Amino acid sequence: MDNWKQNPRVFWTLGLPPSIWLLLFFIIPLGFLFVMSFSDKAVIDGQISINEYDYLTGFSNYIRAVDPLYLTIMWKSIWISALATALCLVVAYPIAFGICFAPNRWKPLLLLLVVLPFWINLLIRTYALIAVFRTRGYVNEVLGLVGLGPFEMLYNDFAVIFGLVYVYMPFMVLPLYATIERLDKSFLEASLDLGASQFQTFLRVTVPLTMPGIISGVILVFIPCLGTFLTPELLGGANAIMIGNVIERQFKAANDWPFGAALSFLLMYATFGALALRYLFTLRSKGVGV
Amino acid sequence: MRSAAKLKPGQGPLDYGNRTWLKVLFVSIFFILYAPILTLIAFSFNTDRRGIVWRGFTFDNYVKAWNNDSLIEALTNSLVIAFVATIFATILGALAALLLWRFRFPMKGGYEGFMALPIVIPEICMGVALLLFFVNSGMMGFFVSMPWPLNLGNIIIAHVTFCFPFVAVVVRSRLVGFNRQLEEASRDLGASEWQTFWSVILPYMKPGLIAGALLAFTLSLDDFVITFFTSGPETVTFPVKVYSLVRRGVSPEINAASTVLIVITVVATVLAMKLQAPPKADKG
Repeated sequence: MDNWKQNPRVFWTLGLPPSIWLLLFFIIPLGFLFVMSFSDKAVIDGQISINEYDYLTGFSNYIRAVDPLYLTIMWKSIWISALATALCLVVAYPIAFGICFAPNRWKPLLLLLVVLPFWINLLIRTYALIAVFRTRGYVNEVLGLVGLGPFEMLYNDFAVIFGLVYVYMPFMVLPLYATIERLDKSFLEASLDLGASQFQTFLRVTVPLTMPGIISGVILVFIPCLGTFLTPELLGGANAIMIGNVIERQFKAANDWPFGAALSFLLMYATFGALALRYLFTLRSKGVGV
Repeated sequence: MRSAAKLKPGQGPLDYGNRTWLKVLFVSIFFILYAPILTLIAFSFNTDRRGIVWRGFTFDNYVKAWNNDSLIEALTNSLVIAFVATIFATILGALAALLLWRFRFPMKGGYEGFMALPIVIPEICMGVALLLFFVNSGMMGFFVSMPWPLNLGNIIIAHVTFCFPFVAVVVRSRLVGFNRQLEEASRDLGASEWQTFWSVILPYMKPGLIAGALLAFTLSLDDFVITFFTSGPETVTFPVKVYSLVRRGVSPEINAASTVLIVITVVATVLAMKLQAPPKADKG
């Protein structure tokens, strides 16, 4: 690697366009959002204005965000995301494990099969789920053949959680696969030779050694779940609102941009918190020497 | 050791790949992953309007989708946006990748974090931030008043912003394998900075560039959340159109249109993966 001072002309030619773009269309917009989160709608002639604002008036939006109504929604977003993440982990671990122990010629195909749905439009996958689970959908048709149902499977928390697991599973499989693949299989042999059962080996050798992958996967799934807006909007009922839907309403129907901005920043702080946690874990596992 | 005697080949304690329960689990999970998508594709060829019972094979739904002007308009918009955004995102991403690969500079760790920021923050936050920015800077009003295709400008800008950091990641991972002695040899032989870039580095980067471009193309084509917030009232992209249709119910036309989009993205993705696969023979 060169020191940038050796060739400043090339350095600036390469560095300026992407940096300026990111500054102009990413950092400055976030700055606008940040300022907006501390602002209020202007009151002109005793009327609350639609699109005029008093900038930097204080923390009123953040104070409103800790109202029990919104705290309940935030709490709900957190537990739905946590549950979806846990289910993803339970499903993805055997998948990742199985791919690692599959014959070599099968591995690329199996990995492709896991990743492919991720590339298909999120909206189309959610729509496909609606077609399957709606009252007159395929699942109920099949159940009807054996005289069951029809069941109302959409528009509740279960549908949202299922949708999230369905949509974000690949994010969990890939980091798990990467760590299990690198795991030294002789540790497992040693554990089994020394008399541990398969279950004990899994719990006390495999899981601790693949912890970095588990943590990466958990964070990678938890973050998009927490900020999701489409899945609860389409699969959730009126009471399946998550924080993303509240933000969307502030910017569209409710037209309360300052409050929406404050909620967006709270969501971003939560994201950064999760990322910081992941960083701490990687530091710790480096110390252990995995 | 007591069980070892009974083991057949392929049934050793670590041959998890041969366990029946794992195979059953694999098949059932892949079934759940693919069944909804495959039924969606299959029922795009169904003659039944309500789309529940299989009544016969037809291309009618495709013809109807093709004759649906607003659907075609949305699809054209999406393709134009994806095409233009891909060009910008690939250039910007390649520049960022070259910068991070080649140079040491103060605060580099911070700069890398800054580049990764659009990848990690929730999409909805980025969408509302850009909406606010476009409206307050007057860009929204400016683009909305422009004739097609310039009225897609704000969406293109938003898409370039979230695509190019992904391109940078892909291109940089390709560059890591580059043997820098080739570059030194080129300089020793009298090539200028630009000639070295054009005839030595760029050919090596090419698979990474193509993979990055295809990634940007699919990301842009697929994006709903950011487009939903940054599009003007009149402009509709394909995912936004599907969203408004889905809210009204299920119809075979959506199936047909979705199938077309699935085919486009799957082809692009498989191509990108082929190109991104670690080179087997050529050791840069």
